[in-house]
Amino acid sequence: MSSIHNTWRRLWRNRVIAISGSILTGLVLVSVIGPMVSPHNYLQTDFGNILQAPSFSGAHLFGTDDLGRDLFVRALLGVQVTIIIALVASAVSLVIGVVYGAVAGFAGGRVDAVMMRFVDTLYALPFIFFVILLMVAFERNFFLIFVAIGAVNWLDMARIVRGQTLSLREREFVQAAQLTGVSFSKIILRHIAPNLIGVVVVYLTLTIPQAILVESFLSFLGLGIQEPQTSLGALVDAGVNQIEGASWMLLIPATLLALILLCFNFIGDALRDVFDSRRSR
Amino acid sequence: MLRYALLRLLGAIPTLLLVIVLAFLMVHAAPGGPFDDERVLPPEIEANIAQAYQLDQPLPKQFYNYMSRLLRGDLGPSYRYRDHTVSELIGGAFPVSLRLGAMAMLLAVVAGVGAGTLAALRKDSLLDRLVMTLAMTGISIPVFVIAPILVLLFAVKLQWLPAGWSGVEEGRRLLLPVISLALPQIAYIARLTRASMIEVLSSDFVRTARAQGLGTQAIVRFHALKPAMLPVLSYMGPAVAAILTGSVVVEEIFGIPGLGQFFVRGALNRDYTLVLGIVIFYATLVILLNLVVDILYGVIDPRIRQR
Repeated sequence: MSSIHNTWRRLWRNRVIAISGSILTGLVLVSVIGPMVSPHNYLQTDFGNILQAPSFSGAHLFGTDDLGRDLFVRALLGVQVTIIIALVASAVSLVIGVVYGAVAGFAGGRVDAVMMRFVDTLYALPFIFFVILLMVAFERNFFLIFVAIGAVNWLDMARIVRGQTLSLREREFVQAAQLTGVSFSKIILRHIAPNLIGVVVVYLTLTIPQAILVESFLSFLGLGIQEPQTSLGALVDAGVNQIEGASWMLLIPATLLALILLCFNFIGDALRDVFDSRRSR
Repeated sequence: MLRYALLRLLGAIPTLLLVIVLAFLMVHAAPGGPFDDERVLPPEIEANIAQAYQLDQPLPKQFYNYMSRLLRGDLGPSYRYRDHTVSELIGGAFPVSLRLGAMAMLLAVVAGVGAGTLAALRKDSLLDRLVMTLAMTGISIPVFVIAPILVLLFAVKLQWLPAGWSGVEEGRRLLLPVISLALPQIAYIARLTRASMIEVLSSDFVRTARAQGLGTQAIVRFHALKPAMLPVLSYMGPAVAAILTGSVVVEEIFGIPGLGQFFVRGALNRDYTLVLGIVIFYATLVILLNLVVDILYGVIDPRIRQR
């Protein structure tokens, strides 16, 4: 491919990352600062002012919900909760996936085959139904949501990390370390792990939107975050119930959710592009 | 070929068993029984209920009972819908979900492959970039956001289509749910098709075909489409799982009396046997479909069978 073409692609990629990154950073900042400076809080009901439409001049920028709660503060709280859950859940799947993948890849042979066969098996399952089963069987709490979502999303990470480890294992510096008698755990920590960081970061940015999807899906069904706490999924659910009269209750959280997911996906995609082209070169 | 198919079939059995054991244990590890949150009953009556549903027996015995009934296609009684067995409920609701899902799947494959091929043929053009940006948007917006927004637009504002289900003619009421379900899959399949089509179009046999003077249309139709479909085919398993997941939401939003709605109701009511039954049913469905995809893969691509 021509070099002009490559340069074009790189520029486009960089711009995508910069724009998506700024939007996300801005959203996070507003969601942290907004509730602090707003005169309203997410709990406070006001039955004299239910279902007020959004207005720039009025007291409620994003309007109010069916209990008269300020939607601006609630939507920002939703952004916060959604992003926090996604980050923690992704961290859970990161740890499981990296450890599992690195062990399988480094051990190789039969151990690797069995471990990866297990991953393939799990891949074939409609996982979300198990998560719902889990949420039904046990009391719904924050902690369980993290674990459940993390447990769903580690498979991709394990596969990628395993592949990378497998190829690293054959490299001279790892074999040199093995020959000079460096221990198994030290090789993984010192030599394998640092070389995994690139690929892990790329796939982490793709895991985050997946975690957001699962969380908001559960909350939408009423199985995730419980009132009066809220997340974007729960807000969309509340919006669907008021779709006839108060469309802003649907449109505001729906837009925020879509925007966040879009930004994460764009960044992840662009990063993967960068990473793949670097690896193939 | 037959050997390959049989091997695959045998391989699916442990997976299925794992699913059943996992689901069964999860439900039975739950703190509290299914009847706990009703009125306080005298202990004798509670014991009677437990006995009637065989909840007083040790866990391995309960599992044995469940399995032996399961093998006869009996998923036990529903704890909440009295006078109905879980199998009856699934049998009644599944056809509705099946039609919805099958139509969404068909739409997703046709539209996705079409858009992906178009983008691949005009690689790096404005059209390509447009299709890919739309596809990215489609992947990013969850079904439970697309569906209500379509309802808001076409049912509430424009009033072209109904938002509900009961009392509406078949063709009109299916349109919005099917489109909502299909959109993310269209986007995903378009991306897959584009990537693999680009790869196939740059391969040697396509160059040979082109050197022989074949037009683009003929090349795509007779040479490129089949090999380019392989990644799409292997995505069919996850796609079915995604459509099942999506149908839970879509049925809830449009009030469609399908299996997804029963699942959510069951989950919210803690109807353990129903939820357990549906999980096992769906998992079996997905595993079997993956099996079919595997075998089809072997039919299309002989190289796979060797392994």
